[in-house]
Amino acid sequence: MNAGITRLRPATAAGLLIVLFWAAMAAFGPLLAPHADGGVMSAQVFDAASRAAPLGTDYLGRDMLTRILIGARYTVGVAAVATGLASLVGTTLALCAATVGGWTDAVLSRLLDALISLPSLLFALVVVASVGSSIPMLVATAAVIYVPGAYRTVRALAVNIVAMEFVKVARARGEGTLYLMRAEILPNIVLPVLTDFGLRFIYVVLLLSGLSFLGLGIQPPYADWGSLVRENIEGLAYGAPAVIMPALAIATLTIGVNLLVDGLAGRRGGGDGR
Amino acid sequence: MGGKAPLVTVEGLRVTAGGGRSVIVDDVSFSIARGEVVALIGESGSGKTTIALALMGYARAGCTIAGGRVRVGGVEPIGLAPAALARLRGRTVSYIAQSAAAAFNPAQRIMAQVVENALIHRLRSRAAAEARARALFRALALPDPDGVGALFPHQVSGGQLQRLMAAMALITDPALVILDEPTTALDVTTQIEVLRAFKRVVREQGTTALYVSHDLSVVAQMADRIIVLRDGVVQESAPAAQLLTAPAHPYTRSLLAAAAPAPRQAVALPAGAAPLLRVSGLVAGYGPPDARGLPAVPVLHDIAFSIAPGSVLGVVGESGCGKSTLAQVIAGLLPAARGSITLDGEALAPRAAGRTREQLRRVQIVFQMADMALNPAHSVRRILARPLQFYHGLRDAALARRVAALLDMVRLPQALADRLPAGLSGGQKQRLNLARALAAEPALILCDEVTSALDTVVGAAILDLLAELRRELGVAYLFISHDISTIRALCDQVMILYAGRCVERGGRQVMQMAPMHPYTDLLLSSVPELRPGWLDGMSATHLAEAAGGLTRAAARLACPFQPRCAVRLEDVCDRVPPPVQPLSKGASILCHRGEAELLRAQATAAPLHASAD
Ligand SMILES: Nc1ncnc2c1ncn2[C@@H]1O[C@H](COP(=O)(O)OP(=O)(O)OP(=O)(O)O)[C@@H](O)[C@H]1O
Ligand code: SF4
Ligand SMILES: [Mg+2]
Repeated sequence: MNAGITRLRPATAAGLLIVLFWAAMAAFGPLLAPHADGGVMSAQVFDAASRAAPLGTDYLGRDMLTRILIGARYTVGVAAVATGLASLVGTTLALCAATVGGWTDAVLSRLLDALISLPSLLFALVVVASVGSSIPMLVATAAVIYVPGAYRTVRALAVNIVAMEFVKVARARGEGTLYLMRAEILPNIVLPVLTDFGLRFIYVVLLLSGLSFLGLGIQPPYADWGSLVRENIEGLAYGAPAVIMPALAIATLTIGVNLLVDGLAGRRGGGDGR
Repeated sequence: MGGKAPLVTVEGLRVTAGGGRSVIVDDVSFSIARGEVVALIGESGSGKTTIALALMGYARAGCTIAGGRVRVGGVEPIGLAPAALARLRGRTVSYIAQSAAAAFNPAQRIMAQVVENALIHRLRSRAAAEARARALFRALALPDPDGVGALFPHQVSGGQLQRLMAAMALITDPALVILDEPTTALDVTTQIEVLRAFKRVVREQGTTALYVSHDLSVVAQMADRIIVLRDGVVQESAPAAQLLTAPAHPYTRSLLAAAAPAPRQAVALPAGAAPLLRVSGLVAGYGPPDARGLPAVPVLHDIAFSIAPGSVLGVVGESGCGKSTLAQVIAGLLPAARGSITLDGEALAPRAAGRTREQLRRVQIVFQMADMALNPAHSVRRILARPLQFYHGLRDAALARRVAALLDMVRLPQALADRLPAGLSGGQKQRLNLARALAAEPALILCDEVTSALDTVVGAAILDLLAELRRELGVAYLFISHDISTIRALCDQVMILYAGRCVERGGRQVMQMAPMHPYTDLLLSSVPELRPGWLDGMSATHLAEAAGGLTRAAARLACPFQPRCAVRLEDVCDRVPPPVQPLSKGASILCHRGEAELLRAQATAAPLHASAD
């Protein structure tokens, strides 16, 4: 493990550390949080950093560190589940289309092309406005928005593999579609599929944060980082950390994932040469 | 050549790779006199191209010229300043590579690209350069020498593009021309024109040339002197005629032996056995079917043949004639539009998905590109284990034993079992491909150009292995190749395809007996022979036929060979489909001409291929 990390480029290693850090916060954040959530711990709203509140306090005088640690679960968790769902569905459909070909491919590709032409934020707004906002709804909406993209990327990768002769050999042996997808094609495209997952994860984080900032995402009393920015936007006038810190959290998470993804993509192209 | 000072001298050249850890070229010395054509010959990886590139002062990425001296016309390219080096590469030395397509920009007209170097080095005005280019086009026997410059690269054939690349290289009147496998990617019939054009130009211009090739027969036609390389070391260097007739070094002898493969021991087949595979009236192609169910791009037309158990049917024909398509149709990868395929008397479904597992097991396919046919993510063990589990349900210890036995059978070391395909050599990959097919214990293996991507010596070893497996296991092969000498070495029956039609079919001996189908005759006389002077002695009839090439329009004629055929019947062969005729030598051909007429025509054309076998 150690050897593996030291062989990564510094930027990739930094990305990996940031991603691991936020993943850990999403998992254990509430246990580490210094104050019980919701408890107003100070009369001072928009307070600067202090010993009791290392990241200051929010518009109700709550500890910002606690709020961010608890929010990590919503931002990272919801985005991960939504992206995972989008990638899983997109990849499965794409592998199926590329392997079976013919009509299946044509129909699937047309359908998903139609979906991709919807503007994503507008679609999300319409759904949330008509059905109301809940965590399952947000996950489903984000997943639906990002399935076509994942499908397109994976299908483009898979059709190249399907044309290879080892796939023909397996077909001639009489292998079923599922085996071809799972054993022959998927192992040769995992790395770019993971890269694609990372990129899509960033978009989903930004989409969900954007929705929350508009007040349509995770609803109070729960809060993800996007809602934290929104809640504390008035603090901007006082230069309070309360508005900067959640924005910073979003920024570090997306940059971390981006660095990691770049590293993976570079490795695949033999980019770092050793 | 005696008195002249050599144009090129190479002394003690040494090239290393990986920071000096491995030596690619070791202590190579030779010289080339003015006007001389010297050939460098050796297997792939023997350092031929590395030496050729060193003459231009170039080492590939990761390689370093570690020692020795090279002089080309008074200049030492190694360590030359970049500007002087650019001058040397553009004017003094020029390079003709294997793939002409890669040397041309698809978006620019040919003429602009051919004259570019002369203009860059300010050797000629544009008008003078273009006039010179047209003269070269004429010397290189390009059709329409005045008009071809206005075309784009994709509008000319591969053989023509190769000659245009030669014009590009010769436009600066270089002192030395390096030809690196310039005809390796071409069909034999196309190769003839290109070789003749090169030879004429070299002779007319008095060009000094270094000809790099792995093919001794081709080199025999071109070179004054031959240098044999192995693992970066010169084995033998002698005048061409002497090296070919009285090779001094054992390695040269093994190369000569592999170039003209001896027939592998034939197997006595039980007479009158029921055929293993029978194909009749097969029509197949690509693209969506039309109203009559025929494919948009028809490839195979009315193919019929049968294969007896344990016998080998060879399929020959030029690139694009439909050989691979035939293998894929039989394997169930491409459904046929018409016709039937029966295995042991049972009809096979057109698609693999419609066949029983037992039927699938009995027919296995091995592809030409060994590395593309192996999943790069699967280990050798996994690749071999899958068919064993799939067809025979083997597990655990039995599975491991069988994998080990298969590795032994194709002479792969057991230590390779846990490697990925990327860690195998070309020959090892092809052995693994064969082993995977054998794992199914098939009755028939479809071998699509299994030796074509390999060196002659490695290819010969694979042929030996195939012959041995056939003797021991009684498997039958459908053996596809564009190389007639490998077909002759292994096959009992031969089928010759032209534009997707079976033009001749018969036993292997009858392939050398007159009369034959006009295309068979052309194909056989196009195979280069080891004898110097073979190329110059080709009959005018064959040269005219070789120059034609199959065109899109011709493929739609009743006999697609008609525009090239020396004995065609005008207004008949292009309209009336030729009948299948039996010949008294025991073959059948697809032709309007009768046996006597063909015999007469082929006797006067003085076929030169009588010496084979
Ligand atoms: N998937 C495809 N779609 C359309 N046309 C194809 C396809 N594959 C092959 N063809 C065409 O079918 C013809 C026969 O191809 P095939 O691969 O069978 O030739 P071949 O005899 O095996 O040639 P080679 O010696 O170069 O391997 C060619 O004209 C080729 O361009
Ligand atoms: S059918 Fe006619 S054109 Fe075709 S090969 Fe025979 S003689 Fe020549
Ligand atoms: Mg082929």
